[in-house]
Amino acid sequence: MIDIKSLREDFPILQRKVNGQPLIYLDNAATSQTPKQVVDTIVDYYYNYNANIHRGVHTLSQEATDKYEQARRTIQEHFNAAHPYEIIFTSGTTHGINMIASGFESLLQPGDELIVSAMEHHSNIVPWQMLCERTGAILKVIPMSEEGELSMEAYDTLLNEKTRLVFCNHISNALGTINPIKTIIDKAHAVGAAVLIDGAQACPHIKADVQALDVDFYVVSAHKMCGPTGVGVLYGKEEWLEKLPPYQGGGEMIAEVSFEKTTYAGLPHKFEAGTPDICGGIAFGAAVDYINRIGMENIAAYEHELLEYATDKLLEIDGLRIYGTAGKKTSVISFNIEGIHPYDIGAILDKLGVAVRTGHHCAQPVMEFYKIPGTVRASFAFYNTKEEIDTFVAALIRAKNMLL
Amino acid sequence: MTIKEIQENIVDEFSMFDDWMQRYEYMIELGKSLPLIDEQYKTDDNLIKGCQSKVWVHAGLDNDKVVFTADSDAIITKGIIAILIRAFSGQAPKDIIEADTGFIDEIGLKEHLSPTRANGLVSMIKQIKMYAIAYQTQLN
Ligand SMILES: Cc1ncc(COP(=O)(O)O)c(C=O)c1O
Repeated sequence: MIDIKSLREDFPILQRKVNGQPLIYLDNAATSQTPKQVVDTIVDYYYNYNANIHRGVHTLSQEATDKYEQARRTIQEHFNAAHPYEIIFTSGTTHGINMIASGFESLLQPGDELIVSAMEHHSNIVPWQMLCERTGAILKVIPMSEEGELSMEAYDTLLNEKTRLVFCNHISNALGTINPIKTIIDKAHAVGAAVLIDGAQACPHIKADVQALDVDFYVVSAHKMCGPTGVGVLYGKEEWLEKLPPYQGGGEMIAEVSFEKTTYAGLPHKFEAGTPDICGGIAFGAAVDYINRIGMENIAAYEHELLEYATDKLLEIDGLRIYGTAGKKTSVISFNIEGIHPYDIGAILDKLGVAVRTGHHCAQPVMEFYKIPGTVRASFAFYNTKEEIDTFVAALIRAKNMLL
Repeated sequence: MTIKEIQENIVDEFSMFDDWMQRYEYMIELGKSLPLIDEQYKTDDNLIKGCQSKVWVHAGLDNDKVVFTADSDAIITKGIIAILIRAFSGQAPKDIIEADTGFIDEIGLKEHLSPTRANGLVSMIKQIKMYAIAYQTQLN
């Protein structure tokens, strides 16, 4: 059991007002809020030990390096990676995906096949399309059902000895579906293909065990799990990270440089050229500590309760349709009300202090599938309450009455 | 009436509303009631794709005045379009080019004209000015 009242005190932003109304923040799938403990870590860094890492012998540099590497180990343990150097700091999920897409360029032949799911964020589509253009590889799509579940039968028919790589999100940001990634990974491995899982939406809800999953690459963003924006990690299996070429050249990533030849540093530095977001990495570690103190299982159980509560309440509204009704989903509800454009609902909810996301959620193929311009998306975090859901539903009914 | 006079009228009308609810209700009414564009002009050529809502704009010249018609799939966006059309349609190209849209701030709808809203309105205003420039060139 978690004590929501006291947890909410960790998030000063939840006390603010928007348009004169108490803020009800239901856009957690876009960015989660940041607790004091993480903000304090950021302040502590800049007040007390801001310095460049891995290069100075002076005390501040040592302290900053120690904390940064400690954060890497915290994240390693969280995702149960076998080694700390399999955790590469990135600027976020998008960066991690681009690193791998770029790394595979030299490994692909024209006619090689890549498989993507029908419910991906643009971040997990576009880098691969660009890779296909550069290499002549072919992109294939695992289709989904009306409920928003991927067809594993169709997936079977797409896999063959030409498949090199499969990429799919763990949880869909547009629908909330929890995808059967263990099955997806095992089937891909059976034909010798590697798998990248986009964990951006899963990381605040589910603790992924990368070894148990046997996944080759797993990417996340800190800002989805109570950490700062602009930082994330790429987990990669050691053998893969050794095999792939570096993504960017620069300082930090070299062993020796001369004009004749440069040798690269070992992992993880090979993929971490330049001065990283040191403070962001350390704060990411603090965010992981924070959510682990609450407990991922506690978080998931409570959020599930919120999901069921909100789903029941919303379905009482005439004309409301939920997109994404998979058996297994997280606390994301994408919906429309018949005859009303999502933008109009979002604009009125904002006036009433309720923050939701409207639009295509960077998943236009999903909107195209349902033949809709977009949806309203409410996504809940562990600091949301049933009272907030009541207020949100009342605001929604008010918006509906104004608009219809 | 000049664009400026029309804009002042609109600001006057909006000053009667006490709160945002009434302003929004009025815009929604505007959005619902007006047939803003001939179906034949709702083409891809006339479409401005915002990430949130779509906007169609069509322009024509009538007695040296530019006549605009427009539409949107979102009703609040459409209400704002109705206000913009009231201010700009039927005016001389030169006056349209020189006019500003500050009155939208004054009537408390500023947030809808923010580029980050991605509702197509900012591009629509740009498009209105572009049409005016084109007709001005044609008239010269
Ligand atoms: C499923 C999914 N993938 C990728 C991303 C991109 O994350 P970032 O913008 O932090 O790189 C997001 C964020 O919205 C997401 O939800």
